[in-house]
This record gives sequence, structure tokens and C-alpha cells, in this order.
Amino acid sequence: MDLLTATDVVKDFQAHRALDKVSVSVPEGSIFGLLGPNGAGKTTLIRIINQITAPDTGTVTLKGRPLSREDIYRIGYLPEERGLYKKMKVGEHAIYLARLKGISSNDARKKLKYWFEKFEIGDWWNKKIEELSKGMQQKIQFITTVIHEPELLIFDEPFSGFDPINVNLLKKEILKLRDDGATIIFSTHNMSSVEELCDHITLINDSRTILEGEVNQIRNKFSSDIISVGFEGDPSALEKGLDRKFEILTIKENGIGKEARIKLASDAKQNELITALAGLTDIKSYNEVLPSMNDIFIQVVESASPKNKKAS
Amino acid sequence: MSKISLIVQREYLTRVRKKSFIIMSVLGPILFAALMVLPAVLANLEDKEVKTVAVIDESMILTSYSGGKAETTIPETEYLKFVALQDVELESLKENFSSTGYYAVLFIPSNIINSERALLYSDKQPSLDVSNHIRNALEGEIENLKLVANDIENLDEILREIETSIRVSSIKWTKDGESMESNTGVVMGIGYGAGLMIYMFIFIYGAMVMRGVIEEKTSRIVEVIVSSVKPFQLMMGKIIGVGLVALTQFLVWIVLTGILVAGSSVVFGDTLQQQVPTEQVAGSELFAEQDAVPLQANQPGEGDQILSDIFTTFESVHFGKLAAAFVFYFLFGFLMYASLFAMVGSAVDNETEVQQFMLPITIPLILGIVLMPNVMNNPEGPLAFWFSIIPLTSPVIMMVRMPFEVPAWEMALSAGLLVLTIFGAVWLAGKIYRTGILMYGKKVTYKELWKWLRYNN
Repeated sequence: MDLLTATDVVKDFQAHRALDKVSVSVPEGSIFGLLGPNGAGKTTLIRIINQITAPDTGTVTLKGRPLSREDIYRIGYLPEERGLYKKMKVGEHAIYLARLKGISSNDARKKLKYWFEKFEIGDWWNKKIEELSKGMQQKIQFITTVIHEPELLIFDEPFSGFDPINVNLLKKEILKLRDDGATIIFSTHNMSSVEELCDHITLINDSRTILEGEVNQIRNKFSSDIISVGFEGDPSALEKGLDRKFEILTIKENGIGKEARIKLASDAKQNELITALAGLTDIKSYNEVLPSMNDIFIQVVESASPKNKKAS
Repeated sequence: MSKISLIVQREYLTRVRKKSFIIMSVLGPILFAALMVLPAVLANLEDKEVKTVAVIDESMILTSYSGGKAETTIPETEYLKFVALQDVELESLKENFSSTGYYAVLFIPSNIINSERALLYSDKQPSLDVSNHIRNALEGEIENLKLVANDIENLDEILREIETSIRVSSIKWTKDGESMESNTGVVMGIGYGAGLMIYMFIFIYGAMVMRGVIEEKTSRIVEVIVSSVKPFQLMMGKIIGVGLVALTQFLVWIVLTGILVAGSSVVFGDTLQQQVPTEQVAGSELFAEQDAVPLQANQPGEGDQILSDIFTTFESVHFGKLAAAFVFYFLFGFLMYASLFAMVGSAVDNETEVQQFMLPITIPLILGIVLMPNVMNNPEGPLAFWFSIIPLTSPVIMMVRMPFEVPAWEMALSAGLLVLTIFGAVWLAGKIYRTGILMYGKKVTYKELWKWLRYNN
């Protein structure tokens, strides 16, 4: 079931159309990736969902009914452009943001204590925000976004400004939030994190939706039927012994062993390849090579943008 | 707790707890008190040194003899003494003047009645106080001599009789037929002080609102906040919070100034009694209620007269009404200007860009100050009337007019228009604000602002 749907959203800014009939459906309990190159309209769509700006036409519904102001305040939103009051103390600031979300001062204190311990930042409570590094501030922002346990979370480029260790920490927390039942909209142009986190994606380019669906299905759809085989033995045996249906693209040798990349013809079955290989060599590993989201992103965006069409 | 009150609370507390606020709260009253007390204290300190003036009186007009010893008849004060010298050459005095210890030597020539000129020798420029004192004494004595020369009967009696000192007290006719004494100087002081106060607070705290908005915008906290509250709530919360800070500062100043002046009047009571000039007290009318009580307690004579002037004037201008009007124009004037300041803050990326949008806001404010003297000279004139009706200048100008008794309908018109304008200003600011705070890195022009106004979001 879809928790949130946006239907045919259009938004014009002066001479430029930021969103052109964009529709998204966010399944409940999933991590939904809102992808697209810079300036595609992601942040505008998120602002419309948050009712920071209004769409020119189109509707946004939550569980089938139009979003109310109260629903909006329940959303946990971590904007891409984010900051804190520099002169305030960390604890005081976190309590202020939590109270704006409608949590009582006592509850906020309790929950913050839990999160501060989890992130091992308990001793920051009385520091001023301006004494913290940017990454440290981001942690506070993440905590204040999730503090009121929202059922819908929106993260806009959540990993920018984090070191790899903290990125992992954050990924773990985001997955845990999903497992606890939250629905998460995740906007980024960092594709590797999409593969790890997202269940569904919508790819926006140039104000239009150009790709949507489940991440696995999309990757299968873009699969180019290439198999990677690790083996031991004589490479020439493969070259001689394999059927025409199996075209050998490359054979590489490295410290660990040998790897062949084999393209399946459209009528070829993978089982046939395995049988054929088993007679010829010693198979160490066997993988279908799925295109990375990064490849798909670049491929789709380039083929969709009119500039590239003219060029090719 | 509602969201807007949460915002108000934060805006208020973070500012009131700042060191700069505490310093200003303490320093302000000290400055005010110093302005009132210091001139008196300084004058006192200066006069502590006893000056002795030697008098060589060739005319013998100002010399009397008691027991064969010559004495000058020039009246002495606590710090100014006169010594009559006999059979001393001016030239010999000049040679060893520094060793004599005299402050100056007064030479009165024998023909002073005709020449009308006395000479005061010193190795430094004698102070104006000293030369005035001597001039008055000489003038009085010679005038007496000339009168005596006319041989008028019962001269002393006549002189006593004609001695007069005039004080002009203006009497105002009020509706209920009562007439009260009012002092124009004090009235003007009240109006001037109130207008200036409003101007100062609007400027200082309006700019504070603007800086707050710019801070939120540049630190990017604003997008985090507007996902929890409406931009309008954020703006109003800030304006109200800062307004309360202004009010707090103002009240702290009044109370502390009162305490300080009361305290210093106990310490320097004698000095104040003699030295506080009329203007000084009149200029401090806002605090007069506080400082008047302790001052009056130990002030006989002239000081008493000044204070009773202030008191009767306060009564005659209906202090309650004046205070109510002050609070009204203070708060609503602030509300109007603060929303305009917030609008400017939302449109720019940093403080260096505010200049182009500040001008339309500062011009009416400064105009109010510039027009104050004209309005005081003619509080019923067309200039005073129009600028106390026009909302952008009315908070300052109407306060200047208030002590002079403004017709009720003019008050109502001015207040009504101000309230209406506030609705307009807040609406306008709200529209610009909600677009502006999310607009980064763009050079904003007036044309751009016009477009934002028409956005439907």
C-alpha cells in the first residue's frame, strides 16, 4: 500500500518549469529513493510534499487523503540546506527543535539522552553549536529529525558532510528506522548509497519522471546478460570449447585467479553455460553482472536529455 | 504550548541572556543618571579650590573700613575670597605674582564711574564665573551710587519694593473648566524625550529583528524550522520576541535609573540642591517620577520650585494618558517597522546587501527626528498634524505632540491608521518573507520583490 502519493505535480518558477507532471508513489514501510541530477526538481518536489511551497497543479495525498497541516508537522524532514543556531547550546537547541515538533520538554530530554548515548555524543550537551565541526552538527540535525518518531521521514542528501564511518553509522540507523516501520523518502545523487538502501526509486530529470520502480527489477531490466566466471585452468580451453551462444568478452588474470566475462545470446540459458563450463574448466565463482545504479543513472539521464540526443 | 509562543520564548531568552543585553541594561541607566548628576558633581569638584582675589581699589567705592583696616565690600562665596590691599603698587605685584598665591588682582581705577571699566590681572585666563561675579558686584554698587546721587527720598524702601523676579507660568484651560499650571519647557522635554525614545528603540530593535532573520537565512536553520512551523509564525514569533526584549530593556532602564538617581541624590543631595539646572531635570522627564520623590525630600528653595513645576505639569498633561499613548506608539510603531525590517532581512543574503532596501525604511524614521523641533514650536500646525497622522512618522511625531493636548479625533485617526498600516505591513512582509527566506545566492531587486508578492504559495 502506498503511504504517500503525488499526482501530476506541476510547479513553475518565473521562466522555468521546475516540475512537469511528476507523479510518485511511496510504498509504506519502504525506503524510497528520489533520484536525479542537480537541478532536476527533487528539492522542489520535497518542498511541495512538506507544503513549504504549493504546487501550481497536482495533488499530494497521505494514506489516500490530502495532507493536513498536522500531517506535515509529523513528517521528519532533513533538508539539504540545513543549519543550526550557532550561539545556542547543543542540548537546548535539540530540545527547542523537538518541542517545535510537538514533543513535551520532558519527553524530548529523555529521547535525546537515548540518541546522544547511541551516537556517543553525550558530553556535547552543554557545548555551543559553533564549537562543533560540520559533521558533528549534522549528527545533531539527524537526531532532531527523527526525535519525534515520525512515520514518514524525508532525507535530502543526508550523507553530505559526513566521513565514511559516520555514513555507515547513519545508514545503519536509516535501515533500522525502516525496519521499525517508518517510511523513508531519500533524495540523493549518490548512487552507491541507493543500491544499499533503497527499495524503490523514482528518477527525475529535467523536471520529468524518467524511470521508476523497484531497485531490483530496474537492475534486472537493465541487465545486459553478462556473466562473470572465476576459474582455474587454461583460458584457451574456454575459447575453443564454448558454443557460439556464449561470446567471451574478456579474460583477465590477476593475483587471485582468472576471470572471464561472457555474454549470453538471447536464446541461451544460464544452465547450459554452467554445464558447458563444468566440462572445460574448474569453476571458482559464477555471477551475473548487474549494472550498477550509477551506470543506469548515467545511461538513462544521458539518453533522456535532448542535448545528448542531438549529439548522438 | 503553541508553536508561536515557543518561538517567542526562544527569541526572548537567547537575547535577554546575552552579555551585551545585560551590559546595555546596566550601562544605559548609568549613562542616563550620569547625564543628570554628573554636571552637578563636576561643577562641585571644580569649585572646591578656594580662589583669592586681591583688590586694589583706587576709587574706594568697594572698600569699607572697620577698625582702621580696609575691607572690600564685594560679596564672597565659599570658594571665592577677596582681600583688599592698601598702598601696594600694581607693578610690584606683577613682578612676584606667582609667589603671592593670589588667583587674580582686581584693579578698580579711581574714575570707574565714568570709565565703566575695571581690570582683572592674572597669569592665567580667569574663569567666567569669577569675572561675572566681580562684574555683578561692581555693577550693583555703581548703580546704587548713581541712584543715591539723585537724592531720592526713602530710596532703600523703594528699592526693596521694586525688586522683582518674574517666572512665567502658563495656565491651560481644560474641558472640565479646571485650570492647571504647566511649564512649556517641561512639556517640550516630555514630548522630545518620548519621541526620541521611540525612535531609538525602533531603530535598535528593528535592526535586531533584521539581523535575526539574516542569521537564520545564512545559517540555513530556516528550512529546518519551516518544516515545523509556518514561515509567518516564525516571523511573528521573532518580532514579538524581540519586541518583548525591547520592552524589558526599557523597563529595566526606568527602574535602574530611578534607583540610581535616588541613590545619587542621597549621596550628592547638597550638590543637586544647588546645581541641578532646569533643563537638566526637564530633559529627564521620563524618569522624573522616580527621581522627583527622593529629590523633593531634601530639596528646599529653588529646586523645590522646579520639581513642583514638573509635578504640576505632569498632572496637567495627564500622565496616565501620556504613558498609555507611549506604550501604544512604542509597541505598534515597533511592530510596523519590525515587520518591514524582517522583510528586508528575508530578501538579502547578508548584511552588506541591506543598504538598498533600508533607505525607504530609515527615511521616514529620520524625518520624524528632523521634524521634532518644528513640531514642538507649533504643535497645532499643519506639519505637526499631517506627520502625526501619517503612520510611518506618527509614532515619533504624535509623542512630541501628546503633552500639548491633541484633539481626541486626531488621536483616534492616527492610532487607527497606524493599526491598519500594521496589518498591511505584516501582510506584505509575510508574503516577501516566506519566499525570501528560501531564496539563496540571488541578487534581489525591487522588481524581483514585486514578483514574490504575486507568488501563490
